[in-house]
Amino acid sequence: MELFDKLLPYLLSGISVGGQYALIAVGYTMVYGILRLINFAHGDVFMVAGLMMVYVSTWAPLYVAIPLVILLTVLLGFVIERVAYKPLRRAPRMSVMISAIGVSYLLQNLALYVTGGLNKNYPTIPWISDTVSVFGATTKMVTLVTPVLTFLLVVLLVQLINHTKIGMAMRAVARDFETSSLMGIKINNVISITFIIGSFLAAIGSMLFFTNYPGVTPTVGAMPGLKAFVAAVFGGIGSIPGAVIGAFIIGICENIIKGLDTLLTTFGVIQQPLGLSTFADAFTFVLLIVILVFKPTGLFGEKATDKV
Amino acid sequence: MEKSRKKLNVIITAAFLIALYALTILLDAVIAPTSRMYMLITVIQKSAVYALVAVSMNLLNGFTGLFSLGQAGFMLIGAYTYAIFSIPSENTASVYQYYDAVVTFSFQEAINGLFGLEATAAPGLILGALLAMLLAGAVAALFAWLIGLPVLRLKSDYLAIATLGFAEIIKAIFQWAKLGPLTNGSNVLRGYTRLSDFTFEIGGTSVSFATFVPVFVASMCILLIVLLINSSYGRAFKAIREDEVAAEAMGIKLFKHKQMAFCISCFFAGVGGALLAMFMNTIQAAQFKSSMTYEILLIVVLGGLGSVTGSCIASFLFIACSEWWLRGLDSGSFLGIESTIFRSGFRLVVFSVIIMLVVLFFRKGLMGQKELPDLFRRRRKPAAAPASAEGGASK
Repeated sequence: MELFDKLLPYLLSGISVGGQYALIAVGYTMVYGILRLINFAHGDVFMVAGLMMVYVSTWAPLYVAIPLVILLTVLLGFVIERVAYKPLRRAPRMSVMISAIGVSYLLQNLALYVTGGLNKNYPTIPWISDTVSVFGATTKMVTLVTPVLTFLLVVLLVQLINHTKIGMAMRAVARDFETSSLMGIKINNVISITFIIGSFLAAIGSMLFFTNYPGVTPTVGAMPGLKAFVAAVFGGIGSIPGAVIGAFIIGICENIIKGLDTLLTTFGVIQQPLGLSTFADAFTFVLLIVILVFKPTGLFGEKATDKV
Repeated sequence: MEKSRKKLNVIITAAFLIALYALTILLDAVIAPTSRMYMLITVIQKSAVYALVAVSMNLLNGFTGLFSLGQAGFMLIGAYTYAIFSIPSENTASVYQYYDAVVTFSFQEAINGLFGLEATAAPGLILGALLAMLLAGAVAALFAWLIGLPVLRLKSDYLAIATLGFAEIIKAIFQWAKLGPLTNGSNVLRGYTRLSDFTFEIGGTSVSFATFVPVFVASMCILLIVLLINSSYGRAFKAIREDEVAAEAMGIKLFKHKQMAFCISCFFAGVGGALLAMFMNTIQAAQFKSSMTYEILLIVVLGGLGSVTGSCIASFLFIACSEWWLRGLDSGSFLGIESTIFRSGFRLVVFSVIIMLVVLFFRKGLMGQKELPDLFRRRRKPAAAPASAEGGASK
């Protein structure tokens, strides 16, 4: 019981962060599933969504600001795809990835210019920033809202993919790019919609994430972006439930590692703190390499065969 | 025909290098640190370091077709190895304030001690720095070998993300408090031999080699990489880049050659890291972010994937633009135009827009796959040039 009490705060924040990673990871996994592209700019889209919220909320009330920010983020995702990835559709994969890195560099520098490199305080969204107490551990409402909202959105998305016409088109394009275009599927529309959905989820994720976070800086998106990608790989790239489960596992593990020193010292396993929290970020990548070496297709990924 | 062409290549390269060395020593002697042109020296020093790292990355990404994003991690290993073994014993206590240092000597003073010279004498300084740089490369290569065992079996973008991840893991390990006695934890390392220490008394006058040293080391390393690329190993690397399956069918051992390219590239990234440490005067693990790797990748792309000359030119242009030429964009007036949009950070925005334009519309970069001697040849035989430029770039 004592273990549970000590572990609970870390578990709670792990679940919350995991849900936020999940919302970003879905964007990665869908784009990768269709374009075979690691969209390095996705983490920065998430950061820009946070930044736009900061600026929009200075002049607009929240019930205007929230939909407006979501709309602008979706627009940003759409424009990035049209401007930076569409012209390179016939180019080698490496070129598109470099273009993605270029977009990420551009977004970070733009944010640096606009903010002047200062930390911008994120506006308080009422209700989800309220403090609640769960089994004796105090936390913010957002911690409880995140997993529920994530679950709802993902179920909706899976329904969309499995039971609508556009969802069918997405599955077809992910299976075989060339053939589906021959079958009359408008590839460019499908890809745009993929980016729109990805950016929409990233915008929601950013609202939940920054409520728990001191502020927005230009580089704040890079780490969650990379971790969300790792989550997508862990769950099996292209698989939406896989990405969500991967994100929760990464979020929880990361937070437990942050508190591992305290936990181990309270239970007398070690006498001196080991400074293990340094490895909270690195652990994600250890997990990535382990999964890539032992099961490259991830937990739920489809087996890919290489044709000569 | 082939032989005379090779001879011409050697002559062009040698002439260019000698001119470059003479220029660096001349610049060091002529430009005073207070002068406005001193920026040029800083730019040359830094771009020499970046050129080396960019070429080492090009060896992997451009010539072997392995998309690795771990360069910053290997530079970190190199920089730390160099710094740890170059902090003289008198500085150890002040640098390692919170830990009991494990390495309390520097190669420089150890070598001077061996010959019975005083601790800061020139022979030990030069040999010690060289030894520390070699060790920096060797340690980076050793790590690369270990990392290569699992990750080099991965395909293109998985390899990219795995190497990026390893760079993050390495960064975390070097910042770990338990390794503090060796790496000074997350605190800075300083007090080691810097570029400005390479000033020697020759015939009564003091001559500075602060620019010559990085340019010389970087150019020698780049020369070695070029020799490797032109050897049979280099041809095997290019075969792997063009088609892995076909290369394997021709009897090229895939894993062995990939591992080799990876280790060699990381060796030179390590040396580049050591040079960067010498240039920056202080180093800290937190500086080696993934954005550093992205910058180097963008240099490689700007210069042209698969062109050593291109990487060198692009790194000079990249550093000169970001440190010097576009400075006006940050401080209010640029080319005589004054505007309020020219404030802090605008330079980087303009810069990244330029990079995006290059990535989208000039995909071959500055040089495509051409090299320095090709530039001289093209003028004489304009008909032959387009065909060779099309060759690999169409892939």
